[in-house]
This record gives sequence, structure tokens and C-alpha cells, in this order.
Amino acid sequence: MVNLKVKLHNLEFKNPVTLASGTCGFAREIAEFYDPGLLGGHFLKGTTLKNRDGNAYPRMAETPSGMLNAVGLQNKGIDYFIDNIYPEIKDYDTQLIINVNGSTVEDYIALTEKVNELDNIQAIELNISCPNVKEGGMAFGVTCPGAEMVTREVRKVYNKTMIVKLSPNVTDITEIAKAVEGQGADSVSLVNTFLAMAIDAESRTPKLSTITGGLSGPAIKPIALRMVWQVANAVKIPVVGIGGIMNAADAIEFMLAGASVIQVGTAIFTDPMIPLKIVEGIEDYMKRHNMQSVNEIIGGLQL
Amino acid sequence: MSKKFVTDFTVVENKKLNSTNFLIKIKSDLILPEIKPGQFVNVEIKDASEIFLRRPFSIFEVDYKANTLSMIIKILGRGSKKLTQIEAGDSISLVYPLGKSFTYPKKNDRILLIGGGSGVAPMLFLAKESGLPIENVDILLGARTSEDHVDVHEYSNYANLHYASEDGSIGEKGFVTQHSVFTTNLKAYNKIYACGPDGMMRAIAKEAKTAEVFCEVSLENLMACGFGVCLCCIEPTNQGNQCVCTDGPVFNINELKW
Repeated sequence: MVNLKVKLHNLEFKNPVTLASGTCGFAREIAEFYDPGLLGGHFLKGTTLKNRDGNAYPRMAETPSGMLNAVGLQNKGIDYFIDNIYPEIKDYDTQLIINVNGSTVEDYIALTEKVNELDNIQAIELNISCPNVKEGGMAFGVTCPGAEMVTREVRKVYNKTMIVKLSPNVTDITEIAKAVEGQGADSVSLVNTFLAMAIDAESRTPKLSTITGGLSGPAIKPIALRMVWQVANAVKIPVVGIGGIMNAADAIEFMLAGASVIQVGTAIFTDPMIPLKIVEGIEDYMKRHNMQSVNEIIGGLQL
Repeated sequence: MSKKFVTDFTVVENKKLNSTNFLIKIKSDLILPEIKPGQFVNVEIKDASEIFLRRPFSIFEVDYKANTLSMIIKILGRGSKKLTQIEAGDSISLVYPLGKSFTYPKKNDRILLIGGGSGVAPMLFLAKESGLPIENVDILLGARTSEDHVDVHEYSNYANLHYASEDGSIGEKGFVTQHSVFTTNLKAYNKIYACGPDGMMRAIAKEAKTAEVFCEVSLENLMACGFGVCLCCIEPTNQGNQCVCTDGPVFNINELKW
């Protein structure tokens, strides 16, 4: 029997396979297919202090080996979550992590204070990297001072595990990672989507209402993998790897590059069963390589 | 919460109905869950490197005894074109059943079902499932020409069939909203259902609103996941932006910002 348990700061995951924010709803959508407790964790849909309608339709475009989205953090706000969604999901036997967003630092703080009160949510993913909102979001995550400021202020009001989600749309992602580590981040997750664009040549119009959007899927995997490897070598805090993971081999590559936990994202749109297959695939890999603990994979890249 | 599945089916038949529409019948080794008219499936397009996401299609017929279901596939783009090349014996993966169904008519209701192009599929399914006598069910089918119409004569067992074509080559000439069944006395119907091109459904909705008749339409916005997590297929409604895949695809016209 192989041991799939991993720890991220104080947070224990029964296995390293989690679902990425924006691709698993609030875990109850996954529960329509299988028990969310079969996975290590669920990074819930990006939540803001107040209701947000998100961007206008069309919000997606299929691209080679991936897709663009421009959802723009549509959600009903934290109070709706606490009253209507949290009671339904709080007893799922898995780590539930709220993805926290704001247009201003005050928003981030007010939202995080509310999340801090939820007993069954032991971590936040501080999103400073959403490319699809006009204010806040990625604006904080693309400079060291911006990333430091949000991380420092949220750290003051949040005493559980804080994972900061990083944008790949920067010159050197390791600088941002080190900056948030310096302000008390317990972990970093990367990468969020790449700012990108699609055009319909026939109509000569952009395919997204917002003109640009975020690229995800296997198209970004090699770049995400490189960034995870760079960051894992630059910081001491654990890393959550994200970016185009479609199967167990992809997940293992991210772990070898240094990710303690991985998030499956866009792959869920193509097949919601993929995360379970990845858990099985990691077990199988460990057996083939005579590993007892999944920790033997993490950072195990041979140079 | 409604249980959903990812299941491999085997293709039983792929029949060309006309130049752009195909009828694909598939069979599962597992017992089918209950599937209602208006619900859809999200189909994997295999062996096509340029296609990453599944494609959604309405369910046309379900045979619980034979464990089969069928879809009418209209070639719209790369994904649907690739799918119509599938052959009997091939494997096909479905995420299903997805979305909400049409509101079933009440006993003694008179209903009008309007299908445009491949939008006939859920209309015929609903006519069959409605349980109403033939005289209470009118189906109005619209297409550009007789060539574009899908042959559905066997549905005369469930409904009165009426045709409209833009060139007059079958049935009355013009759009479905110009057909005598639609223009004569809309108020005679208790419920109107429509599935087809956006322009057609908007035109129907406008008249149904004026006549104050219950009307549901089935939308087909671009979608990725099909089960309510990507939030890409949204439609503005009285309740804010809603997902066509989970809050729809069937909407009461009074809920829409049309």
C-alpha cells in the first residue's frame, strides 16, 4: 500500500491531486459525478466580497490544445457562499480552499476576515493573478510591491494556511514568489492563465467580448512546468503546480519539478473523471518505482 | 443534485439525413439514466488534434429497452464535421445527462412545438413524451429548403406535422413565424416550445409574449464543461447571468432579457 499523503504547510492532503479554482465550481458540481472526498482538495470558484456578474458573452474560445476564457470572476459574493453553499459542502472529506479575490486591498481583507471564521476551510488561495478583471486581480500580482502589499495585509487577518496564486504574465516569476514568501505566504500556487487572444478572421472580430482572455490547457504545460521548477528552486515554501495537467504523467512531471500538490484544471472540462485517473496513475507509478511515499516524487528531478 | 455520468457508448448507426444533418444512434452497456426532452449530452471528438473540447448535442430519442440514444448532428464547424465521420462499432464518450428539460404539458393542453434545422430533435422527443393525443400537438418545422428538412414522417403518429421553407419547396413559403399555424391563433395553445436558430427563437418569443402564451426555448450558447463549472455559456436573465448548461438549456422566455 503506497502512501499518497502530502503536507502543504499545516494542511494535510490525502493525495496530491486537487482541482483548480474556476474548473470545479464549489465541489458540489463534482459530487454529481463522484465523491469529492476521493481527491486531495478542491480550490473553489474565485470568490469576491460582493456579487459579480462577470464579463459579457462570449467568454470562451477553443484554441489549439487549450482554450481561452474571460469569465471575470462571476460569483454571488462571500455572504451568499457562507449562507447557501458552505453548509452543503462543508462536510466533504477533502480540503476545501477558497480562492479569494478583490479589486482593492480592503476588499481582500474584508473577505478574508469572513473566510477566517469558517471552521471547515483551513486555507485560502490568495488570487493576485486573475487576468480577466479590470481592477485588482492581476494588477497586484505582476509587480513585487503589489504582490507584497496584498500578501502582507491579508496575512495580518488570516491565521490559517495562505497559498498565493501567481500570474505567469511577468518577467521573472521567481521574484514575485520570493516577494510573497517574504511577506508570510505559506505556499505559492502557479500558474494562473496566460494573457492571450483569439480572432475570427472571417468576421474580423475578437472571439472574446473582452478582446483578451486567459489561455489554459495542455498548450501552456511546458511553460508552466518550467516556471514551477524555477520557483521551487527559488523559495523554501511548498509549491502547488498548475498548468495543462491532463494525465498522471503530467502530474508526476510537475511533482518531479518540485510541486507538492498539483491542480487539475481545464482537463476537467474535457473529462471530469481525469482527476481520479491521475490518482490511480500516481499510485501505479509509485509501485513501478518502488516508492512508499508520494513525497519521494516531489522535487525528485535528476539532473 | 442530479447524478451525471461519463460513459463510453458504441455507435450503432450513423445515418446521413440530408446534406448537413446526420442521425447518430449509440448504445451503452450500462442501464441508461432517465433522460428528458431538452436535456443534452457533451460528446468527445476523438482523433482530432485541433479539437480540444467536447461538443454539446440535444438528445433526439431514447430507447431504455435497447439502451440506445440518438442525436441529430448538424455540421456547423470542425467538431460536428469530425463527429459525422464516425462509423458503426466506434466508441464514443458522453458526459450526460446534462441540463434541464422542457416543462411537460398538462393533460388536455394544446401545444405547439417549433423546430428549426436540427432543432427538430428535442421537439420530436417532447412530442413523443408529452403523452397528449395527436390532435393536441402541432409540430411546425422550418428550414431553408425541402433539402434541408429532416424526414420525420413517422412522427405523424404523435403530432400534426406542418412545414415551412424559405423557398416554398416544402410546406408554406417563409419563416415559421409566417406559417398559418403560427399566425392564425397563437392563443389557442397552452404552451409553445421552440428550438432552433437564435433569430427564429427570438421572433417566436416576441409573438408568444404578445399573445401571453407560456413559451420555452432551448439555447445553445458556446460552452466548455457542460456541467456548470466553467461559467462560459452564460445568458443574461432576470436572475443575473445564468449557465445555459445547468440553469438551461431550456428557459422560459419571461426569464430572458430578450
